[in-house]
Amino acid sequence: MKQKSIPMYAEHANTSGFWTQWKEEHESFFRDVRLSFYLFSRSPLSLIGMVLVGAFFLIALIGPWIVPYPEDATGAVHMSQKLTAPGSQFWFGTDEMGRDVFTRVILGTRVSLKIGLIIICAAMGIGVPLGITAGYVGGWVNETIMRITDIFLAIPGLILALAIIGALGPGITNSMIALSLVWWPGYVRLVQGKTLSLKEESFIEAALSVGAGRARIIFLHILPNCTSPIIVKASMDMGMSILAAAGLGFIGVGAQPPAPEWGAMISIARNYLPNWWWYALFPGLAIFVTVLGFNLLGDGFRDILDPQSRGYYRE
Amino acid sequence: MKRYIIKRLLLIFLTLFGLITVVFLISRVAPGDPARLAAGPDATEEMVEVMRKEFGLDRPLIVQYLSYFKGLASGNLGRSIRTRHNVIDDLVQFFPATFELTVFSLLLAVVLAIPLGVLCAVYRDRFLDHAARVFSVSGMALPMFWLALMLQLFLALKFDFLPLGGRLGLLTEPPTKITHLYLVDSLLTGNWAVFKDALRHILLPAFVLCFPALASIIRVNRAEMLEVLSRDFIVSARAHGISKIRTIGQYALKNALIPTMTMIGLRYGWMLGGTILVETVFDWPGIGLYAVQSAVYSDFQPIIGVTLLIGINFMVANLIIDLIYGILDPRVRYE
Repeated sequence: MKQKSIPMYAEHANTSGFWTQWKEEHESFFRDVRLSFYLFSRSPLSLIGMVLVGAFFLIALIGPWIVPYPEDATGAVHMSQKLTAPGSQFWFGTDEMGRDVFTRVILGTRVSLKIGLIIICAAMGIGVPLGITAGYVGGWVNETIMRITDIFLAIPGLILALAIIGALGPGITNSMIALSLVWWPGYVRLVQGKTLSLKEESFIEAALSVGAGRARIIFLHILPNCTSPIIVKASMDMGMSILAAAGLGFIGVGAQPPAPEWGAMISIARNYLPNWWWYALFPGLAIFVTVLGFNLLGDGFRDILDPQSRGYYRE
Repeated sequence: MKRYIIKRLLLIFLTLFGLITVVFLISRVAPGDPARLAAGPDATEEMVEVMRKEFGLDRPLIVQYLSYFKGLASGNLGRSIRTRHNVIDDLVQFFPATFELTVFSLLLAVVLAIPLGVLCAVYRDRFLDHAARVFSVSGMALPMFWLALMLQLFLALKFDFLPLGGRLGLLTEPPTKITHLYLVDSLLTGNWAVFKDALRHILLPAFVLCFPALASIIRVNRAEMLEVLSRDFIVSARAHGISKIRTIGQYALKNALIPTMTMIGLRYGWMLGGTILVETVFDWPGIGLYAVQSAVYSDFQPIIGVTLLIGINFMVANLIIDLIYGILDPRVRYE
């Protein structure tokens, strides 16, 4: 990154202090960041996505301190106020145990954030190293890794996750393990493809010719160049993994009641339709808004981070 | 062409082999005890032991694994601990319902999404295009099971417009079994009352199931149409005085359909995955519901059976799509 200064430039830089010099040296980076911000701010949908995701993170962080009835998080019972309609006391109404639905939906953000982060981190943790290895080493290593990946991609993820849960038993931890195990192949495909094309670039050849080792090339040259597509995919996948985990909670093999997980809440709320509609409505809206936020943000990231789609975006 | 198909079928076979191995390996580390679950909470240790022997769960895993393959070769997928039936019989019973739902839903998606995608591309950046974009972005984010519940709430419970669930009404006699697809069978036997009832029952689940597919097919088809419409041969066709409708329908759409086909093929598989949610909500007696009930029970053999069946479906669908490519685009050559 560091440019070799021409004498005049260096002289000028020396007189104006460390900060200015540093800024000038990284000018191209700042220009890129500014361009990204500009592109991002011009797309209202991306901004909406950012606001939604920001709100989601904030609520997940401060949730337990802002909810009106923190004791409703798990097994509290207030039979006298069960299935109360939404009103000033209970904004989203109450459930069959008299617990405040608003409190439980807010606390559900924390559960979903945890689920999403763990699944995506685990998927990246397995997928990225395998993808780089396959792409960089090539040969039979590549063949083996990619054929195993193909097996996992041969059937819909939700079915494979269900099969894994069938073996491990229902529960929130097992559903996270199952979803992580079906989510990594996407990252292998992405990173392997990217590594294969990067390997042919002249800057890798240059690094090799000056004697850079394998580790140096992988960590300093290939990995940084893979980050943009990984960020785009991870942001999209956050929403999708939350959606999948909620689906597993809904069919009864994921999070178990009384944990405040949105899918599990809807699963019980189902029995109280149509008269007590609020119980199913609000957790579902929470899932929708969260997933929409991550999808819009992911779209926005793709538009600024992926140079090919920059052109596509403008059409 | 023939060699290509054989090669692909061989690959499907190998992948299925891998799939069984993977699922079996995962089951090795499973802490659950299916025999105890099936025997019930009050069962004594001896009863569980008998159960374990009966289903062969006491043998080492490698023996179970090998005998599973031996069974597979003779079409035996093991027995379900929950229903006490052979898995293969259960699958034969439940699969037609799922197949009917998925294919109907896919047709619905194609019939709605392709014209919409074309219209969005032709009237780009006009109201319809923006509306479709909002629809497709939000369509991907909607939890399918929740959408199903809300539609049930309004269309079935509040307004009594469509039935709540199931394949047929309680009082309707199923049609004579020919293909086991109620819509097709009732048509073949000319049983209009049953056809109407089956159609009313399939509409809601099919619509919910096709919702995410609708969103993505519209998106892909619109993008491909825009790409094709900007090519020179379209301009040249218009310059020769060929009508706009014919240019779009005959020249542009045929080219744009090729990438859209891939999306449709992929969507068939994903829809099969989605059936586990939709069938649960609508009480649709298919393999999705069967798999869910088995998973809750830790009943392993049926889940492997469903996984294999869906895997075969998914891969064969992709093969068929690749073959249709060749019909749509004569430039495609198979190796």
